[in-house]
Amino acid sequence: MAHRSRRLATMVTIVAALALGLSACGGSNIKKTTTSSGKTCGDFRIAVNAWTGYYSDAWVVGELAKKKLGCNVSYVKLAEEPSWNAMANGTVDTILENWGHEDLTKKYITDQHVVQDAGQTGNKGIIGWYVPPWMAKKYPDITNWKNLNKYASMFKTSESGGQGQLLDGDPSYVTNDQALVKNLKLNYKVVVGGSEAALIQSFRNAEKNKTPLLAYFYEPQWFFSEMKLVHVDLPKFSSDPKVCPTAAAQIRCDYPPYDLNKLVSTKFAQSGSPAYTLVKNFHWTNDDQNLVSTYIAQDGMSNAAAADKWIAANQSLVDQWLQGT
Amino acid sequence: MTATPTVVEPPVTREEQPHVAEPTRRPVWLLLLGIVVIWGIGYAIFHGRDTLATPFVQLNGVQHWINGIRDDIQAAGQTNWFFHGVIGNISDFANWLITQLQNLLSHPAPGLPVPQIGWLGVTAIFAWCAYAAAGLRSMILVLVATQLFGVLGYWQDSIDMVIITVLAVVVSMVCAIPTGIAMARRSWVSAAITPILDAMQTMPSFAYIPFFFILFGPGAACAIVLTVVYSIPPLVRITEHGIRSVDPSTQEAATSLGSTRRQLLRKVQLPMARRTIVLGINQCTLAALSMAVIAGYINGPGLGSDVLQGLTNLNVGQGAVPGLLIVVIAIALDRTTTAASQRSENRGRGHGELSPRLRRIVLGAGLVVVLIAVYASHNYIQAAQFPSGLDIGNHVADGINSVSDSIVDALGGICNAFKNVISYGFLNPLQNLLADTPWWLMAPVLLAVSWVIGGVRPFITTLVCEGVIFGMGLWNDTMITLTTTIVATVLVMILAVVIGVWIGRNRRADAVLRPILDGFQTIPSFVYLVPALALFSSSRFTAIVAATAYAAPIAIKLVADGIRGVSPTTVEAARSSGITSWQMILKVQLPMARSSLALAANQGLLYVLSMVVIGGMVGAGSLGYFVISGFVQQPLFGKGLAAGIAITALGILLDRTARAAAERSRT
Repeated sequence: MAHRSRRLATMVTIVAALALGLSACGGSNIKKTTTSSGKTCGDFRIAVNAWTGYYSDAWVVGELAKKKLGCNVSYVKLAEEPSWNAMANGTVDTILENWGHEDLTKKYITDQHVVQDAGQTGNKGIIGWYVPPWMAKKYPDITNWKNLNKYASMFKTSESGGQGQLLDGDPSYVTNDQALVKNLKLNYKVVVGGSEAALIQSFRNAEKNKTPLLAYFYEPQWFFSEMKLVHVDLPKFSSDPKVCPTAAAQIRCDYPPYDLNKLVSTKFAQSGSPAYTLVKNFHWTNDDQNLVSTYIAQDGMSNAAAADKWIAANQSLVDQWLQGT
Repeated sequence: MTATPTVVEPPVTREEQPHVAEPTRRPVWLLLLGIVVIWGIGYAIFHGRDTLATPFVQLNGVQHWINGIRDDIQAAGQTNWFFHGVIGNISDFANWLITQLQNLLSHPAPGLPVPQIGWLGVTAIFAWCAYAAAGLRSMILVLVATQLFGVLGYWQDSIDMVIITVLAVVVSMVCAIPTGIAMARRSWVSAAITPILDAMQTMPSFAYIPFFFILFGPGAACAIVLTVVYSIPPLVRITEHGIRSVDPSTQEAATSLGSTRRQLLRKVQLPMARRTIVLGINQCTLAALSMAVIAGYINGPGLGSDVLQGLTNLNVGQGAVPGLLIVVIAIALDRTTTAASQRSENRGRGHGELSPRLRRIVLGAGLVVVLIAVYASHNYIQAAQFPSGLDIGNHVADGINSVSDSIVDALGGICNAFKNVISYGFLNPLQNLLADTPWWLMAPVLLAVSWVIGGVRPFITTLVCEGVIFGMGLWNDTMITLTTTIVATVLVMILAVVIGVWIGRNRRADAVLRPILDGFQTIPSFVYLVPALALFSSSRFTAIVAATAYAAPIAIKLVADGIRGVSPTTVEAARSSGITSWQMILKVQLPMARSSLALAANQGLLYVLSMVVIGGMVGAGSLGYFVISGFVQQPLFGKGLAAGIAITALGILLDRTARAAAERSRT
């Protein structure tokens, strides 16, 4: 038995060797990849937060780094705060769209110096309360917060316990809504949707069925290209703390406008990687971002294909970003 | 669990007669009614007082303390010998190993546009392994499954998913099987470890991910650890059960022949428990795959992040396609491991399909084919990349989208009305009753209920669990979560009885529905969140629907098995006495399947609880929402973990009470 199996094994080995040898004659047609840039780039790890606009930032920068700079790009899919964490412990190089986060800025940039600001993305962030377009048309005065109480009963749902419902989204988003409702004495209850999907789907339902909805939302967001949500104006934001107190419990003004910025880990900034220069130069508009996001979310393109399409159409802007790499 | 007809049937015994309530039993219903009356009166007088409701951003002492521990570990993570030295090295090693495997099988290797072994080679390797372990049918299944990876357009992530799952199952086996053996042999080990397993299974992973995240960083190592934590418990439990249920007379025979404990284990217990242990590995694999999407939240490789991207873009089809591939992987792994265990058993008894010699020749020839395929896929781009012309993933996604859209269009109005009926008619009153009753009344009510329907032991468990919930500072929110849990479990049981009886009595319906049930059990629930939101908007009821969709299949299957398990002679006897089908179901089959119903309710409840966090993403609020918030916002981590602990306490409370009640009703 043992003898026979050994003979078999030998036979198999010989056949295998022959087969390998024969097929080797054909030669290989897989080309080794080489980088085209002068400087070596190496690894470039982009944190990817879970909203479509961020995908647009990440893949546009990532595709450029991969194709023009020869970087080994990886996309690290994380929520916002864990991304800061990951930058601090060196597993991520950059965050391409940061929304404020004063506490983390103080901890990681000011105190520990492990993270650096890499300038603005050019995107203007707006956070606020929105209603679907049909409501703004039918009730034009609803866009002023002073009239919200008048309409409160319309916004009643099974979740809001007799008051009007103000729908909030993902728990990771910046929100002052509890304090706003209280301090502006609005007869509303903040109901937590729990995710961005819940918000967008609720707006779709509301517009389609002409049901009332008041919800937290933000720009830049690809969804605006599908539906022009209408902003409800709260008391205008002012940087004067006497007019608009900043303590969490006393907030009574609309959200401040955000200039979204990019962050890099200090280690990455000092590495001399051409990808760092690219990140610093990266600067575009809300419309640019929304266009890429629409390719992804509505046209069903892959993130990379959407980014490539936009890059091909905006060569001159892209060339500016690549200067000095 | 199917009934095996016996040759000689004794006359119908007392146990087999339809269940009749005995007059001498304790007046459970009367006592429960009394409790409800007292509770109702108390609610009417005191409602809204002492409900212990706390604002969302306010943390109590325990929650701050948990945050403090997190901060300490984070600080120590940079220098401490254990966190930095031991854990850091384990994490680096795991990440290195996975990167190597990815370069070999799925990701472009350094300096190459493709992995070392491309599409054709990987296919051949998988097929060969399936054939060697499980036979021809499994090989065909694996071949088809593997090609689907490419056809649906997720080749790379699917292979990553397989790598992560297999590694996690291997790690789980290494940890779980020895633990299970130790628990089977020493009852104190079992008593010490069972509560830990309970916690591992019921605590939502989102609650403790930040801890692991600090220790392991984002990526593959962290994903594997999370997966292992969730997939170990079923394997440990089933291993313990398998070893314990080895026939005692066989063990005695072996002992009397002079076997030592070690010999007894190796020669008798392990071989005889082998099938059960393989079943455990099976369950462990499915549990590992059910963590795929959660691993996607921390950048774990695999299909999870694709499902999540579908959710972010609100594209049902885009999320459903990778979700279906997770189901495909589950089916392939499940059937292959099952076939492998049956086959090894058959061969042990000498019933191989092929003679050993022929088999070896076939395997050898197969190996040659594998080597050629590997070689070709290493050298030729055509063999390395899945032919892109065959990729129909986008079409499938579009198809799913249009089906989902038309369902939403057709049912939207009805669903919304149904939601409002249930919410206003049932959910809101029940929530008021549970959450607005003062805690000092609500806590004794729960205690009294558990004592009346379960006895002393559940009473003590309830007392401890209530203490934990109280200590976590989340009494009010736990009561809100309890409300949605009860409503979802009731819906699950209604579905389970209706559909379970139907498919239990009708083989054809069973054949049609069972694959659908299997699919719903394995497909990540994230896939159907968007249609659920479209039908019901964001609300507690949406969360209830999602939980019901996930929990109903297991309950339906258990009820169906119970109905089928009713002795055929009893059914025959009842039929010959001329009763109608309704009478048959209500008076004979359901009462006799009572223990299956109890088991279905218990499992349904636990499955519903495991969806609390996902419910938090579609509008359920309370504990589930806290857990997600703790995951994404550092200052709320303590609150999230506390909510996770409260969910565990709630689960144990309900589970133990339900089990004790079921046991009592049996005697």
